[in-house]
Amino acid sequence: MNERKIVIPGETIVKGKEFLPGEGTEKRGDEIVALRYGLAEEYNNLAKVIPLSGVYQPRRGNIIIGKVEELTFNGWVIDIGTAERAFLPLTEVPRYVDKNGLHEVIDVGEMAVAKIWGINARGIDLSIKSRGLGKIDEGLLFKINPNKVPRVIGKEGSMIKLIKDETGCNITVGQNGWIWIKGEKIENELYAKRAIIFVTEKSFMSGLTEELKKWFTENKK
Amino acid sequence: MANKEFVRDDGRKFDELRPMTAKVGVVPNADGSAMFSFGKTIAIAAVYGPKELHPRNQRDPAKGTLRCNYNMLSFSVEDRIRPGPSRRSTEISKITEWALGPVVMIDEYPNMVIDVHIQIIQASASTRCAGINAAAMALAHAGIPMKSIVSSVSVGKLDKQLILDVNKYEDSVFDEGEGATDIPITFTSDEKITHFQLDGKISNEQLKEVIEMARKARKEIYEVQKKALKEALN
Repeated sequence: MNERKIVIPGETIVKGKEFLPGEGTEKRGDEIVALRYGLAEEYNNLAKVIPLSGVYQPRRGNIIIGKVEELTFNGWVIDIGTAERAFLPLTEVPRYVDKNGLHEVIDVGEMAVAKIWGINARGIDLSIKSRGLGKIDEGLLFKINPNKVPRVIGKEGSMIKLIKDETGCNITVGQNGWIWIKGEKIENELYAKRAIIFVTEKSFMSGLTEELKKWFTENKK
Repeated sequence: MANKEFVRDDGRKFDELRPMTAKVGVVPNADGSAMFSFGKTIAIAAVYGPKELHPRNQRDPAKGTLRCNYNMLSFSVEDRIRPGPSRRSTEISKITEWALGPVVMIDEYPNMVIDVHIQIIQASASTRCAGINAAAMALAHAGIPMKSIVSSVSVGKLDKQLILDVNKYEDSVFDEGEGATDIPITFTSDEKITHFQLDGKISNEQLKEVIEMARKARKEIYEVQKKALKEALN
C-alpha cells in the first residue's frame, strides 16, 4: 500500500508517462490530475481518488436499503437516496407474485434490502434474488453518512464482525448509509447502534478496531 | 500608473489582500459546504445534490444543471436591506453560475441538478468574489467532479491608482477624479479566466496590469482554499 494524501480537484497526483488514470482522475500531458476531492492512491501504476464526502454514488453490486415509494404494474419504485429512482422489477423477485398482489410482497412505505444489478440511462435496476435480501419485517433501522460505510464495515468486514460478535445481533449495512440491526432484544439492538455511532464519530482514527474493542470493554451493556 | 507607495484607507498596500479565512463543512445538513472571507466580507456556500430536477420540463437529458443562488442577508450591511431576491442578486447568481460552469463537470449528471446556495452574512465589497471562492470549495466538498478549483479576486481603480481586493469605502464611497472602478476576475488553478467583469472606465494598458495583479493574488487565495479543504479531513 502506498502513502495516501488528500487531493483537491485540479491538483496533480503523480507525474510520469507510466501512470494510468483511474476513477476520479484525468490524464493531462504526462500528469495524472485529480478531478474530485478525496484521498489519492497509487497502486500498480494506477492512480485514483477515493471520495470522502458528498452524496452516495450507486455502483453495480452494492447492497442497499431503500424505502418503497410507489407500486407500478410490473414492479416497485424504491428510494435509495440517489438522484435517480431505483426500480425493482417483478422478475427480480425469487417467487411467484400475482400482478395485483404487489402490496402483499412489499407495500408502499416499507423498507427492503436489495442489490444493484445494473445502472443505465433510465435509472438503477435492483434485485432481491439472493440470500439476505428482501423486505425488512422487524428490527432497528437508522441512517449514517454513506461515506463512513467502509469504516463501519472495516477491512474485509472486520469491524462489523466485531460488532456482530459482541452484541449478538444480525446487522445489514447498506452502502447508501442505511443500517438494519436485528437482535433478540431491543437492548442488544440499541447497544449495536451505539457501537456503530462510535465508529462513525471516530472514523478519522487509525487502529479503530482496537479502539472499538476497548469501547466494548468499557461500555458493557 | 500604479503608485507603489500608495496607502489605502485601511492601511493596506496597493497590492495587499485583506486577511482571508476559509473553512469547509460549516453546514452539517448540506452535501457540501464552505465559508470564505475577505476581511469583513463573509460568504457561506452550501451545495445540495446531484438530485432530481423539478419541474421535469427543465430537465436536460444531455447534461446536468448547475443552479446558483446568491443572497445577501438583510443584516449583512449597515443599513438593513430588503430581504429576498433583487435585480442585483439575480445577476450575481447568474454570474456565479458562469464563473463555475467551465470547471464543474456537469455532463456526468444528466437530468439532475446541483444547487449552490451562497449567503453573504456580512458584506464589505467583493461579495461575489468571496461567494465564488466559497462555492468552489463547497462543490469540491460535495464530491462533484471538477476540472479545477476556481479562485476569484477583485481589482479596483481609485482615480488612476490600481488596488487589490476592493473594500467597502473603495467600492461605494470614494469619488474623486475618474471615480472608482471595480473589476472582479475569476481564475482556474491553471490561471485561465472563467469570469471577468468591469464596472467603470479603464485603459487597455492598465487592464493588462490589472490581470497581472489578480494573477498574483489568485495564488494566495488558492493556497487558502487548498489548505482549508485539506484540513477538513483531519
